Amino acid sequence: MAVTEVQLDEHVEHAAHDDHEHHGNFVTNYIFSQDHKVIGKQFLIAGIFWAIIGGGLSIIFRLQLGFPDMNLEWLRPLLGGWITESGKIDTEFYLALVTMHGTIMVFFVLTAGLSGTFSNFLIPLQIGARDMASGFMNMLSFWFFMLSSVIMFISLFISTGPAAGGWTIYPPLSALPQAISGSGLGMTLWLVSMVFFIASQLLGGINYISTIINLRTKGMSFTKMPLTIWAFFLTAILGLLSFPVLVAAALLLVFDRSFGTSFYLSDIFIGGEALPNSGGSPILFQHLFWFLGHPEVYIIIMPALGITSEIISTNSRKPIFGYRAMIGSLMGIGILSFVVWAHHMFVTGMSPFLGSIFMILTLIIAVPSAIKSFNYITTLWQGNIRFTSAMLFSIGLVSLFISGGVTGIFLGNSALDIFLHDTYFVVAHFHLVMGSSAFFGMVAGIYHWYPKMFGRMMDEKLGYIHFWLTFIGVYLVFFPLHYIGIAGFPRRYYSFTNFDAFSDFADLNMFVSVAAICTFGAQFIFLFNFFYSMYRGKKASLNPWDSNTLEWTTPREPGHGNWPGEIPTVYRWPYDYSKPGSESDFIPQTVPYTNTPESNLPHEAEEAKNEKV
Amino acid sequence: MLNFVILVSVILIGAILVTIFRAHTLVQVVRGNKDGESLGKSNKVNAALFLVFLIGGIVLFFGYSYTQFDRYTVPVASEHGEVTFKLFWITTAVTTAAFILTHIVLFWFAYRYQHKAGNTAKFYPHNDKLELIWTVVPAIVLALLIFDGFRAWVKITDQAPDNAEVIEIMGYQYAWASRYPGADGKLGPYDYKLIDFENQMGVDFTNQFSKDDFIPREIHIPKGKPVLFKIRARDVIHSVYVPHFRLQMNAVPGMPTQFWFVPTKSTADMAEETGNPDFTYELVCNKICGKGHFAMRATIVVDEPAEYEKWKASQKSWLSKNPEYLSSLQPASPVVTEAAKEEIEEAQASL
Repeated sequence: MAVTEVQLDEHVEHAAHDDHEHHGNFVTNYIFSQDHKVIGKQFLIAGIFWAIIGGGLSIIFRLQLGFPDMNLEWLRPLLGGWITESGKIDTEFYLALVTMHGTIMVFFVLTAGLSGTFSNFLIPLQIGARDMASGFMNMLSFWFFMLSSVIMFISLFISTGPAAGGWTIYPPLSALPQAISGSGLGMTLWLVSMVFFIASQLLGGINYISTIINLRTKGMSFTKMPLTIWAFFLTAILGLLSFPVLVAAALLLVFDRSFGTSFYLSDIFIGGEALPNSGGSPILFQHLFWFLGHPEVYIIIMPALGITSEIISTNSRKPIFGYRAMIGSLMGIGILSFVVWAHHMFVTGMSPFLGSIFMILTLIIAVPSAIKSFNYITTLWQGNIRFTSAMLFSIGLVSLFISGGVTGIFLGNSALDIFLHDTYFVVAHFHLVMGSSAFFGMVAGIYHWYPKMFGRMMDEKLGYIHFWLTFIGVYLVFFPLHYIGIAGFPRRYYSFTNFDAFSDFADLNMFVSVAAICTFGAQFIFLFNFFYSMYRGKKASLNPWDSNTLEWTTPREPGHGNWPGEIPTVYRWPYDYSKPGSESDFIPQTVPYTNTPESNLPHEAEEAKNEKV
Repeated sequence: MLNFVILVSVILIGAILVTIFRAHTLVQVVRGNKDGESLGKSNKVNAALFLVFLIGGIVLFFGYSYTQFDRYTVPVASEHGEVTFKLFWITTAVTTAAFILTHIVLFWFAYRYQHKAGNTAKFYPHNDKLELIWTVVPAIVLALLIFDGFRAWVKITDQAPDNAEVIEIMGYQYAWASRYPGADGKLGPYDYKLIDFENQMGVDFTNQFSKDDFIPREIHIPKGKPVLFKIRARDVIHSVYVPHFRLQMNAVPGMPTQFWFVPTKSTADMAEETGNPDFTYELVCNKICGKGHFAMRATIVVDEPAEYEKWKASQKSWLSKNPEYLSSLQPASPVVTEAAKEEIEEAQASL
């Protein structure tokens, strides 16, 4: 018996060598980690932190809009001199609040928190790789993001205030500190922070692309990849091509602000003096900004759509409907996203001819988005649906994506955009389709992959309560904004009582603010669930969702290198759910066709003959 | 003291909620609830809630949209505005149909196909014909909508008619200034370097065309005649937005823009239509421009054509209201050319 035990020990040690056990120290394992799973969790925690701040900022300015007569003296401990003597928010600081809310939510929460978390965590696990192509670049990607976060965070507290020209930071407003105080140091910090942020995104994106192209396990062809990976792959390509243009825009802005150039500035009289700048065009900035800005919103939504494909199919116990159409529509959205940017600029005074072109191109991009929505719905048809928290949020995503998406059709039509541009109609549109839909994707992903990340289950009942409060909440907050927008109410307005046209909407604004506060409060249920379950959650089984994808074939808490032995080989696509003839209602990707003669389709029976199991 | 009480209350309420949660979890464990059982009841509730949400949502949506229609709809007061208004509601009809139909299907399927023990889902990986149909149909519908919009856009952004009333509107932190070309029908040139406390719009008043330009207190325009706004800004980007006219155009420093339209309802007409005797057309700023962005208001008065002509005739030119201006002009450089001196003398003489 002793002999057998010794042999067993030897066998275990042999396997341990396979996954290159490196025993680092606390700093290299948890702080400057190069393990994609740790980095994914780092992005997640950072994203959650920023979501609380970004949401909190919105509550503050919704107080001003919903309760314009309320004395906000009680906020002075938090906001100091930004509360005026009469207990109101300073009007410049109000603009800083909306600017930082937008910047934080778009970049730090929905780009870094969504892509950063799930691309990092899932790509190696779902394609069967030990880790990313370059663990070092991956580590840098997180730490550049951390640096960017620290700088942006600091900018919230400086005496002249954070950037205040809107998250779109159009010059000349963002170039001239004399136009608004946030365009002083606050804007400089914003620009520096964003340069590091973009560096972080590029480092990550290069990694994701290289890993997906080069490190797929045996048998994992592109057409056997889960849709999550397709989404992350195409998102990374979009980012690589478009983020550098924002760097260019920011660089030129830095030059205009600090080195006396005139890229964006011309004919300006401000603060009692005529500025010497001549020949520049503010429209140039807008073109450069939106060349990133538009792909950016698809960079945000595509990972969420990929996550939803996975969750809806697993929990309906059905293959995702139209796998190839889903890939095709992701590609279509990706390519088209580069040629529609100026639909944000219909009323800028740019050539109307450009307006026509961009309107026509924008129309086309609605089609692949519609296809995706129809495919999700058809996946539900004749399913056997299990409403996990993740599934609830995924269905919610489809609903919000449709609701927000259809108003895009109004805004893409330049004749209608004349009336709707920069009104609350736009605010309603992007908060539904991006602020809510993509956010739901992120939350769904957290619920679904929590067992893989932390080896425990989140509480389901709390998840249901969180979902229903949030789903109802976001509709109550953002749907009424359509009506205010149709009434012509402009964005970024401190108050609406100066104009007869808008002063009628006090009750609706109060309703929206109350709903926002309640919805924000509901997120604390999620936060409690998230942190509590990490330590006290029910220990997860190996494959709690009975899912087909590769990540569920690792141990409950995968170590460095993901699989203790050899990486599994893949034989089939990830959507063999409820296959006719099969005993089990799911067949993981690692099961050869040779093993399932009873459920093989004719072409799969052919493949079985070629398998070397 | 109050803050302390609030803090302690929040902590205590939090503690109570957490305790309820933990007790609930303990009960579940003690009961030995297997996954299948809890799936049954909660699953049914969630499925049912989707239907409740669907019905509640549809009722609220249609209820509010119909009953509050007059509150959120801005009456149209321009010719092209009638066109885009119709286009807006056609688009609404189409998108609402899509919105309602897809939601009915989404939530109905979620409810109808909820998990039932013993059920097997249908293995239905793709249907290319279906994909083709729901690619082509939306594409056609969208193409029709956009084509309509394209035609409207081309007309709206076309050159203004020759007989249009030209009015210059300049935005600055935080107000609007307007200038009329006066009897000669031409606006004089401007240069931002000429801006000072008196000459806020930087008009070159030494030029012959500027002599009769006037800068009124409020903007007047004639009903039924084309009006061309020449729009600019002198510090940051602003935007001329007049909801009733369905008019919007950015005011950009360094890049003059324009927008032309035909107002169809006078201020008096609108006062009657809205039942509000104090009705005024408001020009609001619609591009973030600084701390006063929300208070950049200008009044536009739409007069009957005869009233408008009377109003125009009664306006005094800027130079006549500021007689010392030209003589106070200091030459920009110490060297004053003879030609410049002559021009100044001529301009003064003709006042």
